[in-house]
Amino acid sequence: MAAQSTRSMRSLVSFRGFGAMAALCLIILYVPMAVLVTFSFNANRAVTVWGGFSFQWYVKAASNSGLQYAAWNSLTVALIATTLATAIATSAALATGRGQRFRGAQAFYALVNLPLMLPEIIIAVGTLSFFALLGMTLSLTTVIIAHTVFCIPFSYLPIRSRLETMDRRLEEAAMDLYATQWRAFRHVTMPLLMPGIMSGAMLAFVVSLDDFIITAMVAGAGAGTLPVYVYTQLKQGVTPEINAISTVLLAVSILLVAASYFVAKAGSRYSRPAAS
Amino acid sequence: MTYSTSGSDSRMLNARHLRPGPRGRSFPLSRLLMLPTIAVIGFFLVVPLGIIVTYSFLEPATFGGVVWSFSPEAYIQFLFERDIFDDTLAFNTAYLQIFLRSVSLAVAATLVSLMIGFPTAYFIATRPERQKNILIFLITLPFWTNLLIRTFCVLLILRDDGLINTVLMGLHIYEKPVTYLYNNTAMAAGLVYSYLPFMILPLYANLERLDKGLIEAAYDLYAKPWRVFTEVVLPHARPGIIAGSLLVFVPSLGTFLVPDMLGGGGRLLIGNLIQLQFGSSRNWPFGAALAVILLAAILLVLMLAASRSRSVNVQGGH
Repeated sequence: MAAQSTRSMRSLVSFRGFGAMAALCLIILYVPMAVLVTFSFNANRAVTVWGGFSFQWYVKAASNSGLQYAAWNSLTVALIATTLATAIATSAALATGRGQRFRGAQAFYALVNLPLMLPEIIIAVGTLSFFALLGMTLSLTTVIIAHTVFCIPFSYLPIRSRLETMDRRLEEAAMDLYATQWRAFRHVTMPLLMPGIMSGAMLAFVVSLDDFIITAMVAGAGAGTLPVYVYTQLKQGVTPEINAISTVLLAVSILLVAASYFVAKAGSRYSRPAAS
Repeated sequence: MTYSTSGSDSRMLNARHLRPGPRGRSFPLSRLLMLPTIAVIGFFLVVPLGIIVTYSFLEPATFGGVVWSFSPEAYIQFLFERDIFDDTLAFNTAYLQIFLRSVSLAVAATLVSLMIGFPTAYFIATRPERQKNILIFLITLPFWTNLLIRTFCVLLILRDDGLINTVLMGLHIYEKPVTYLYNNTAMAAGLVYSYLPFMILPLYANLERLDKGLIEAAYDLYAKPWRVFTEVVLPHARPGIIAGSLLVFVPSLGTFLVPDMLGGGGRLLIGNLIQLQFGSSRNWPFGAALAVILLAAILLVLMLAASRSRSVNVQGGH
């Protein structure tokens, strides 16, 4: 009876053709990626004609020294920028994520989210001009600075939403039991916040690993990351090797984002009961 | 009880900001935690924006960079061409055309994304809880993957020997490959593919909160599906439509990769025109002026959107 009424209700609220549109949407989003992945396993040199299954492009890519160098740069930049951005974002979230209301709060949110709102090309040329004005030579350091800035909002959002849904009574209980502020923070707040911090760090890592435009602008000679390497290769012609590198990059992003999602999900125990 | 009167100062402060009490009694120490963000984003992003504005009023140096003397030349160059012999200005629409092409492509991408994204978001919002989560995860996932690689994927689909030509020629719809790349349609397709998730997520967040009972009530009162859609669903979805449209429009307007990879050599948009000035053209002041114009256009759109959603609130209020 109840099941039947929900079913009729669902058919009532749906409009004809919307389901087909949703299917089309998923096709649009995933078919191009599926093509890329498929042809990375192509035995044939042609990028779009299937010639049998093979791992040869992965093997070839793995032994390419230019690629190894770019991968090493990418990892260095992503690890350092993620650490810095997550530390900064955590402190920003602690300052704002507990329902504090104060003058300038709106302006502060706008500042944190500024890197998300500006088109990347503007951030890129702005940062380049800034380094030029300071007389800084472009290097891996300039890349790390630029990455830290645009990673902040990505790690801030999950940490803040974790803090907002955290059961604050646990902290209050610790203080009622005469824990010092530091002990309460160290032994109650931080462990509870950890899933948010991990989730934020993973997102920052993915965003850093994926960035191309800003990196390309502020990377000095020899400081190119993986996307910069892929771009340079693409400009010389499309090869199945690029498909293989791209597939690996896609897989890393997807795995990290999925992990981030599940970490945030698993951490939602100890959150504030919905109704109170 | 005792801790609020005799405890240490820091504990008092903490207890107060845990439950927001009367305002302005003392400055919570936690406010200092904003400093790292303010320092880093302020110094490495807000200051650079100021530098861009400053550079746009300077003269270009020969090998890139700027010469520190005031000149409005960069902005004049956007609209006029200076004759190298007698210094007269002639109206030149070349750059204006690039700017307008960028705007119209961004508008087209936004509209197409809305047409695909709205039904999708609505469909997902009316699914059972489990399906909802999976579907939204699937929509979000492409957003986190590399934009360069995703643009490359579009290239693989649209190339002369790409998926569309291969399939359609395989079905003998036509015999010779059709060129889909290097035109405005290819760029619009690339933009839709890049930013479609941005349209769906705010729409979904909005439509999820739509009281489905209202739709039932409308049908009970003998409304036809079209009227239910235009008079119940659409008005409710308006803030979501505005938010999604902004999230697609703003990055589309500044896109670099789409014209660079799908537009071909002659098809410039403002995003790669800016990059060109800082790269091989070595005219930083002109590039900076273009960036300022782009920024101004975006601010204008954001302000328009803000005033639109405010007027909605006012209407909804009475």
